[in-house]
Amino acid sequence: MTRVLVGLLIAFSVTAACGRGDSQQSGQPAPSVIAIDGSSTVFPIGEALAEEFPKTYQGAQVTVGQSGTTGGFQKFCRGETDISNASRPIKASEVQTCAAAGIEFVEIPVAYDGLSVVVNPKNTWAQSMTVAELKKLWEPAAQGKIMRWSQIRAGWPDREIHLYGAGTDSGTFDSFTESIVGKTDASRGDYTGSEDDNVLVQGVAGDENALGYFGYAYYAENKDKLKLVAIDDENADNGAGPVLPSPETVRNGTYRPLSRPLFIYVSTAKLQRPEVKAFADFIVTNSAKLAGEVGYVALSDAEQQLVKDRWGTARAGSMYGEGVSDTTPLEQLLKSGR
Amino acid sequence: MLPRRYRRPAERVIEAVLFLCAAGSVLVTAGIIFVLVVETGAFLGEVPITEFLFGTVWTPSFSDKHFGVLPLVAGTALTSAIAMVIAIPAGLLIAIYLSEYAPSGLRRVVKPVLEILAGVPTVVYGYFALLFVTPLLQQFIPGLASFNALSPGIVMGIMILPMVSSLSEDALRSVPNGLREGAYALGATRLQATMRVLVPAAFSGISAAAILAVSRAIGETMIVAIAAGQQPRLTGSPLVPVETMTAFIVQMSMGDTEAGTLEYRTIFAVGMLLFVSTFVLNLISNLLREKFREEYA
Amino acid sequence: MISTRRRLIEDRLLQSMGILLLLLALIALAALVVDVVRDGVPRLSWAFITGFPSRFAESAGIWHALVGSVFVIGLTAAIALPLGVGAAVYLEEYSEGGRLSRLIEINISNLAGVPSIIYGLLGLGLFVRWMGLGSSVLAGALTLSLLVLPVVILSTREALRAVPKSLREGSYALGATKWQTVWTQVLPSALAGILTGLILALSRAIGETAPLITLGALTYVAFTPDSIWSPFTVLPIQIFNWVSRPQAAFAENAAAGIVVLLVLLVAMNAVAIVLRDRFQRDRIA
Repeated sequence: MTRVLVGLLIAFSVTAACGRGDSQQSGQPAPSVIAIDGSSTVFPIGEALAEEFPKTYQGAQVTVGQSGTTGGFQKFCRGETDISNASRPIKASEVQTCAAAGIEFVEIPVAYDGLSVVVNPKNTWAQSMTVAELKKLWEPAAQGKIMRWSQIRAGWPDREIHLYGAGTDSGTFDSFTESIVGKTDASRGDYTGSEDDNVLVQGVAGDENALGYFGYAYYAENKDKLKLVAIDDENADNGAGPVLPSPETVRNGTYRPLSRPLFIYVSTAKLQRPEVKAFADFIVTNSAKLAGEVGYVALSDAEQQLVKDRWGTARAGSMYGEGVSDTTPLEQLLKSGR
Repeated sequence: MLPRRYRRPAERVIEAVLFLCAAGSVLVTAGIIFVLVVETGAFLGEVPITEFLFGTVWTPSFSDKHFGVLPLVAGTALTSAIAMVIAIPAGLLIAIYLSEYAPSGLRRVVKPVLEILAGVPTVVYGYFALLFVTPLLQQFIPGLASFNALSPGIVMGIMILPMVSSLSEDALRSVPNGLREGAYALGATRLQATMRVLVPAAFSGISAAAILAVSRAIGETMIVAIAAGQQPRLTGSPLVPVETMTAFIVQMSMGDTEAGTLEYRTIFAVGMLLFVSTFVLNLISNLLREKFREEYA
Repeated sequence: MISTRRRLIEDRLLQSMGILLLLLALIALAALVVDVVRDGVPRLSWAFITGFPSRFAESAGIWHALVGSVFVIGLTAAIALPLGVGAAVYLEEYSEGGRLSRLIEINISNLAGVPSIIYGLLGLGLFVRWMGLGSSVLAGALTLSLLVLPVVILSTREALRAVPKSLREGSYALGATKWQTVWTQVLPSALAGILTGLILALSRAIGETAPLITLGALTYVAFTPDSIWSPFTVLPIQIFNWVSRPQAAFAENAAAGIVVLLVLLVAMNAVAIVLRDRFQRDRIA
C-alpha cells in the first residue's frame, strides 16, 4: 500500500512540477497574466474590473496588488507590472524613472474620491474639523506632543486620541499630507499606518478614541461602523462651513481640499499584448459604472467622453507635470490636450 | 545492475551526491546569514548601529526618518511576555499533573489532543484572536482597542502551551524513579516530591523548554500581524495597538520592496535582530538540554 | 513541621489546579473549533469550494487558493523529499560521525528553530530577487522546502534508525554494496516512516502564511496557477485576506476557508497516522 502511495505522490509531484496544459482556448495562445498593482484606494475598482473582465474576455488572468500608489509606481517603472493604480497623479520624478527605464504609459482618470476623515460612531464630539485643526493633529511636529482630543479644540474631552492613517507607500498618504499639512510626506509617525485600508477601518471601528482617514469607498462599505467628520477649509469661495463628503459635494467641488481624482496607468509597451489592450478598453468603458458601484464618484458624462476621446488618440504621458497643479480640474486638463 | 567494474566509482559518486544533500543544509544556514548580513551591513552603512539598537522612534518610511528599533522590540516583548505568563505556568502545571498524577490512560488520550493545539495554523489563531477573543475581552475591559497586545498574547500562550507541557513532561519523566521513590519513602506527598525533588532535578530540562517557548513567541508572525496592530510605540500597556518585529517585516513586504533602497534594507535589519535573538535563545536552550541529558542519561 | 492534613490538602490543590488548567486548555481548543465551525460551515457549499474570489462576499469562493495550496505543497514535496532523504541517508548510513557531520547535525537542529518569516526573507532575497524567479509557485515551493527540510531530515533519520541492523548485515553478507543495501533494503523498509515524517512536515507547510507573504504572494489572484512560473495564492493567505476585511460577511468566508484548511490538515494527519500504524505492524511482522 505504501508503494501505491509513493507512486501517487511521485506522479502528483511530477504533474505539479511540469505544470498543467497552458492552452485554454483552442487556437489562441495562452493568455498571460495581467499584473496590476498600486493604490489601496483604487483597489476596489481594480478588483471589480479584474472580476468582470474575464466574463467578456475568456481566460483572462488578472492579478491586483495593494502595494500603495508609490510602491506601485516603483514596480511599474521597473516593468514588473502592466498597469498601475494611483490615487494621485504620477510625479515628475516617477515619470523620469519610467523614462530612464524606457517605460511609456497612458494615463486614464477613472473616478473621483472624497478622501474621508472618520471617527468611531461612539464619538459624540467631533462632528466637524477645520483643515487647520487637522494639520495641527497630523503634522510632523505633532509627534509625541498632540496626544489628546482636548489639545485640538478647547471643549473636547480630555481623552487619548488614537490615530489610523495611510502608510507611506500610499497615494492617500501623499494626497492627505499635501492637502492638509501642505507638504507631501510630511506627517507624524506615531500612528497605525497601513497600505491596506481595511486594517484602518477595523482599527477605527473598534476604538472609541480613534480617528482615521482613507478613501470614501471604504467608508461606504462600512457605514454602520464609522462616522464621517465634516471638513471646513475656511474658504468661503467653495461653500461655507464644514462639508461632508458625498458624491454631490465631491462633484460640485465643495468638499475641499480632500477631493481628488483617481487614475489607472497602462504601460504602452504592454498594450501590444491583445489581452492588455482589451482590458484597457474595458477600463475606459466600464470604470465609471464600477467606480460608482464600489462607492467612488463616477466622472461626469462630459468628462467620460473626454477621457474616451483622449484614449482614442493613444496619447502617452501625464496631463500633470511642470507648472500644472494637482488640483487643476480634470475637465480643464482633458480639454487642454496635454 | 551495474557491471562490477563501475560499482566502486558509482558508489563514490552516490556518496558524494548524498554528502552534498547533507551539506546543503549548511548552505541554507549560510544563505540565511549571507542575505541578512549583506543587507544589514548596507543598512548599517547609512544608519548608525547605536541609533538602530537604542533609538526610541521608528519612522523608517516617513520624510522625517528615524530608525530606532526599540518600539518594535517593545511590541515583541509585550506580546511574548503575555504569552509566557500563560504558557509557562500552565504548561508546567499540566506537565506535572500528567507526569505525576494522571492515570496513564488519561495521559495517552490527552497528549495527542494537546498536540492538536500546537498543530493549528497560526492564521487560524489570528482569526480567533481578532474576531473572538478581542470582542470577548472588550466586554470586560472597556477601552480595549480592537488592535491590542493582550488578545494575541493570550492566544499565543495557548498555542505554545503544548510545547512547554510536552517538553517539561519529558524532562520530569526522565528523572530517575529512584529519586521519586526515595521522596515517597520519606513520606512526601506528590506535591512535596514534585516541588522539592523532581522539579529542581528536572530544572535544566524545564528551563530549556521555557526558553524555547520564548523563542517561539518572539518569532511568531501571523497572530500578531492580524490582531496586534501596526503602530510602533514604546509602551507597556497591553490595551493599545503595537507593532512587533515580525509584523513590521510582513507589513513592509506587502508594500513595495525595491531592492537596494533603505526601506528594503530595514526589513532585513529587523530580520537580523530577530534571527540573532531566536538563535541565541535556541542555543541556550540546547545547551541546557545537553546538560540535563548528561545529568540523567 | 507542616501537618499531614495540610500537606494532603496542598497535594489535592496541586492536582486540582493541574486538572483545571488542562480543562481550560481543552476548552480553549473547543472554543476555537466551535467558533470557526459555527461561522464557517453555513457558508460552506460546493459553490464556495469551486468559486473564485469576488468583491461580493456572498459569491466569493476558494478554488484558486485550494488549487494553489495543493500545487505548491506538491512541488514542495517533490523538492524536499529527495533532498531530505539524501541528507538523512548520508548522516545515518555513510558518515563516520566526525566533526563535519556533527556540525551538520547541529546546524540542522538550529534551522528547525528559526522563525518561518526568516525563511521568507531568505526566499525574497535569494529566489525572488537574486535568482529572478519572481513571486511564482517555484519560489514559494523552494522556500517552503527549505522550511520543512530540517523536519524531514530529522524524521527520516528516526525512520532509518528503526530499521534493524540485521537487515543491513544480511545484505552485506550477500555481497551487496552500501548503496545497493540502502536502496533495496533499508529505504523500502523505512519508507512508511519517511512518508509519515514528510506528510507531517507538509501539513505544517500547508498552514504557513508568513514566508509566502514575504515572497509577495498576497495579491488578488482570481485564477488557478497553471505552471510553476505563475503567481499564486494559498489557502492561509486567502483566509488572511478575508480576515483583514471588516465586513462581517468576509469574516464568514474566512471561517469557511479555515474549515476547508482544517479538513485538509485532518486528512493529511490521518494518512500519516495510518501509515505509522502500518509501519509498526510491518515491523512487528
